[in-house]
Amino acid sequence: MHEASLAGGILQLVEDAARREGFRRVRRLQLEAGQLAGIEVRALRFALEALAPGTCLEEARIDIDEPPGQAWCLPCATTVALAQRGDACPHCGRYQLQPTGGTELRVLELLVEDD
Amino acid sequence: MCVVCGCAGHGADTPAATETPAAEAGVVQRDARTGDLHFGAGAARVSVPGMSQARAIRLEADILGENNRVARANRAHFEAHGVTALNLVSSPGSGKTTLLCATIEALRRRDPGLAVAVIEGDQQTSFDADRIRATGAPAIQVNTGKGCHLDAPMVAEAFAQLHHHHHDHDHHDHHHGHGHPAARSLLFIENVGNLVCPAVWDLGEAAKVAILSITEGEDKPLKYPDMFAAARLMVLNKMDLLPHLRFDVARCIEAARRVNPAIEVIQLSATTGAGMEAWLNWLDCSLAPA
Repeated sequence: MHEASLAGGILQLVEDAARREGFRRVRRLQLEAGQLAGIEVRALRFALEALAPGTCLEEARIDIDEPPGQAWCLPCATTVALAQRGDACPHCGRYQLQPTGGTELRVLELLVEDD
Repeated sequence: MCVVCGCAGHGADTPAATETPAAEAGVVQRDARTGDLHFGAGAARVSVPGMSQARAIRLEADILGENNRVARANRAHFEAHGVTALNLVSSPGSGKTTLLCATIEALRRRDPGLAVAVIEGDQQTSFDADRIRATGAPAIQVNTGKGCHLDAPMVAEAFAQLHHHHHDHDHHDHHHGHGHPAARSLLFIENVGNLVCPAVWDLGEAAKVAILSITEGEDKPLKYPDMFAAARLMVLNKMDLLPHLRFDVARCIEAARRVNPAIEVIQLSATTGAGMEAWLNWLDCSLAPA
């Protein structure tokens, strides 16, 4: 359940932004958790919802984008889709793949309310 | 012109002409002179019926950014002190601590001048640090409480503690790096036994070493791919038990290479000592140049 620690990191980022930007409440929190980022999105949402009460995230709607996994296939010398690590290249069936996309783990945007 | 929405404000273009009562702040602005109402006056420039004004803030911040910042500082700190740090990851019971104790003893015979220290991560107890200290090597136990992994700030603190503690006790016996920047040393960071979470946290290590005991099953690299993808080396431990198990070594290595084509593999038994030579050679190669 490292999603709980990540949720703590997200709250920290949001609270830092709240101090910097002077807002009190977040209406919408938009995150990005790539398919290959090693994150269980449902667990992350659960952890955030557990953490939210009493914070500026209390009433926030949480949207989580999941950019698809991508990898560079060495034999094919091209970028291919990779839904999970350990899958084969959809073209050549081999495993010489280097993930190039879908590893993002970021807070993208906040929609905030000022008091 | 009105600065809020760009409408022709009939001369109401001085800041004083725009009144913003606290109760309405951010919702609607009323022009004091004309009584005109400006919706969408907040920074988001939109108005949604039934909702107070909101604004959008683009952050694009890496969620692990703070951890990674401390990890980079750790890495620079280790390098400055000639410390090669290895992050040992595995499931519970793979034999990490037994391997470490055997390694410390073997290194002492092989390279007596090499300082070796250990940071031990567990949820609770200091059993493992006690086992390491019994070999004579300095060890700091980090208990994560409910945490399932070590993070970079924990390692920074433990390393400082290790330094401090070691100095208090060993002031006259200087094999340690402080004051001798070129001295090489090894720091083993034994992560919390967990094949999932520690994959995500950079601690500032030179490499992650995944330890897999052959009693666990040959398909572990496919079941927990993130960890084996993050590791530079996979150590197959408890090889002495192979005759008693149905464990296909070749299949296990193939599985590891599926998720990480570049992963190196060493087979050994920390208990019997078989294969330890290859591991010690690998450690030699990973050491920062003196």
